[in-house]
Amino acid sequence: MADSTIAIILRIILGGAVLAALLGFSIGTAVAVATQGQGLGVLSLADWLAIRFTLWQACISAGLSVGIAIPVARALARQSFIGRQALITLLGAPFILPVIVGVLGLLAVFGRAGWISDFLTWAGFARLSIYGPPGVILAHVFFNLPLATRFLLQGWAAVPAERFRVVHSLAASPWAYFRLIEWPLLRTVLPGAFLLIFLLCLTSFAVALAVGGGPKGTTIELAIYQAFRLDFDLSKAASLAVVQFSLCGGVAMLAFLVPLPQTDGLGLDRLPQRFDAYAHRTADCLWIFCATAFLVMPLSAVLFRGVGHIHNLPHQVIVASLTSLLIALTSTIVCIAMALSLALAFARRGMAARNLAEGVGILGLATSPLVVGTGLFVMIFPFAHPMTFAVPITASVNAMMALPFALRVLMPAVREIYTDYLHLRCSLNMTRWFWLSRIVLPRLSRPLGFAAGLAVALSMGDLGVIALFADPDLQTLPLLLYRLMGAYRMDQAAGVAVVLVAQSLALFWIFDRGGRGYVGSK
Amino acid sequence: MRFTSLFAGLFLTTTAVAETPVLTILTYDSFVSDWGPGPAVEAAFEATCGCDLRMVGAGDGAALLARLKLEGSRSDADVVLGLDTNLMAAAADTGLFAPISITANYAVPGGWADPYFAPFDWGYFAFVQNAELEAPTNFRALADSDLKIVIQDPRSSTPGLGLLMWVKAAYGADAADVWTDLADNIVTVTAGWSEAYGMFLEGEADLVLSYTTSPAYHLIAEGDASKSFAVFDEGHYMQIEVAGKLASSDQSALSDQFLQFMVSDAFQSIIPTTNWMFPAVTPAAGLPEGFPKPLSAKQSLIFSPIEAAALRNVALVEWQTALSQ
Repeated sequence: MADSTIAIILRIILGGAVLAALLGFSIGTAVAVATQGQGLGVLSLADWLAIRFTLWQACISAGLSVGIAIPVARALARQSFIGRQALITLLGAPFILPVIVGVLGLLAVFGRAGWISDFLTWAGFARLSIYGPPGVILAHVFFNLPLATRFLLQGWAAVPAERFRVVHSLAASPWAYFRLIEWPLLRTVLPGAFLLIFLLCLTSFAVALAVGGGPKGTTIELAIYQAFRLDFDLSKAASLAVVQFSLCGGVAMLAFLVPLPQTDGLGLDRLPQRFDAYAHRTADCLWIFCATAFLVMPLSAVLFRGVGHIHNLPHQVIVASLTSLLIALTSTIVCIAMALSLALAFARRGMAARNLAEGVGILGLATSPLVVGTGLFVMIFPFAHPMTFAVPITASVNAMMALPFALRVLMPAVREIYTDYLHLRCSLNMTRWFWLSRIVLPRLSRPLGFAAGLAVALSMGDLGVIALFADPDLQTLPLLLYRLMGAYRMDQAAGVAVVLVAQSLALFWIFDRGGRGYVGSK
Repeated sequence: MRFTSLFAGLFLTTTAVAETPVLTILTYDSFVSDWGPGPAVEAAFEATCGCDLRMVGAGDGAALLARLKLEGSRSDADVVLGLDTNLMAAAADTGLFAPISITANYAVPGGWADPYFAPFDWGYFAFVQNAELEAPTNFRALADSDLKIVIQDPRSSTPGLGLLMWVKAAYGADAADVWTDLADNIVTVTAGWSEAYGMFLEGEADLVLSYTTSPAYHLIAEGDASKSFAVFDEGHYMQIEVAGKLASSDQSALSDQFLQFMVSDAFQSIIPTTNWMFPAVTPAAGLPEGFPKPLSAKQSLIFSPIEAAALRNVALVEWQTALSQ
């Protein structure tokens, strides 16, 4: 057994190293940044207003997302219809949809030159203008409403079907129904969902960059970018980064107190028979229809416009695709290697493992890519030209951002394998090779594929650190798309959006399917 | 990409590459666009220099300066083209520029003398609109109206910074009030001129901050007389666009050659109908038919580079604060 003791120690060392790297990445860069800052005194009134706006919009966005998700999730939980499962799957799509594509779609529908404005002008009203706070909030609700709906739907799915039956047979009043069934489930799911979305909106960059509309819609993340790229004011960027880090850290502390909702989609396949479905049919259908239209319209607007201009793509699209691909694949390998090391090292440590997974998850969510980017810039600048490292830096930051999600998928799977099969390995005295190839890999391939799919899609769509480090020669697909939008070449932008979405989905599909295929072949 | 050139430098012994010197010009996006002066300038200079002229667009004019500060002496650019008088003092203060001695018969109002920079064109900022729109006659009237405007970010764009200076020159201590009143007219603030002008052409705003010479583009290049600019009774702020040589350049002589070429007829005759600005040296053939006349001296506003540098931060804070509320 000496061999396996060494293996265990090795695993723990490896896991510890990954953990140390993570801490160095998130907290280390923050410290590097803090040493550059000259306190909060360098922040102007406009910066404080940006901080206030960031908190305000995160509050409103999270509130609206969660608030609208309640009736939508209730409707989905209550009604059964053809395509329900497809719709629930679709709700997972915005999570891996490149933010900049979503923004392009929202502009096509809600912009001043968009469909709704066209209708309003026809009806004799003024055109909409979504630049500024309304646009930022609209985009955040677009991306987070589906997430909130899935969380709540899981809450509903966790309610035993018998309870609905009992409440129905007792002919409970709507108020009693709410008090007995809905309120308890909302109370457990809502705070976590709100906090998670609040955190996501707090670190939002691409949305504010594209539709912020100037100082009135500037988030802290965007202000860091501007201080850095426009003023080259490192001390101001650093001070803003410290504020951002503290805010996210504070919210993350809160997140420890409430359970964060799971994101794995378990249990969404089952629909308990609901006797009250018929009574609420009209209202429920309306909610489902509106939410679906809100999600589907912007996307189809971009894709329809883009497909028509797919022959007219700018020539940079090939190099940009390859750059994106290189970054996405590297970051996926790094992310999966880190997640796997952590999972193998800590999966058997019970409570500690769960806390660790939770902690890493929250740390990852609370870490702002722009703060990490600024920190790395400050660390590299005295020695070399930081722009030279744009690709490795972007890849590692993306890996870090996807890690919480990969870990959430892998940790339970690894734990399950150990609990279910470790005694088998011991009693049969399996060799390491046999154990890994016949027991672990087949069981892990599906979660591995899914986790890698998430990581690759998140990285493909990312527009964050790359904006900080990009020079004119280097662009990823999302950056190219943003630049085309900036040049107001909307047709080409839509074409690139199609390419980007197709590549992201294809990569996700390949990894996810690859994982499943491996299982199938056994 | 840098990695490839690094590999080329390390592993390939291609003498052909080494024989053709490369001159790298850092400039703003619209200068290198297909419809800008870039392609014609490149062809004209390469015909005489025996070199490879490489033009790199790095956002709008003001972003060039931030980029230079960020790259410091590690920049692989030789010449920076597209700063203006509002940024000149700050640019010279970086210590990154080398002195130049370029001589020309400048047509720039007020003449020209500067140790680091040479002008290549100039113009007047103005709000461009559709001709049938009843034009506002000054900033106050614009602020009181329901008209929607698109402007550029003064931190990344020279027109954006020019607008700050314009309001400051016209209203001095009241500039902050004017910005507060203007805030609800602003649809959005773009990073550069191209973005803003594109939005205006797509109908996203009634007016866009551009130049008095912009309508001439539509008239001469497209035969379209539908655009005009709003004449403001406070006067119009001037922009003089300049270029300079980086001290870190390894192509010092070639850079000087380019700057001298820049004020020659070959370059200057390209400017009016590609960059749509007044050339810094009047071309032998004169200005094209339909090109607007310069405004009177009474209508022209401009700060000296020193004044502009001193005002920039104050004006920026006023602008940012007014637009954040």
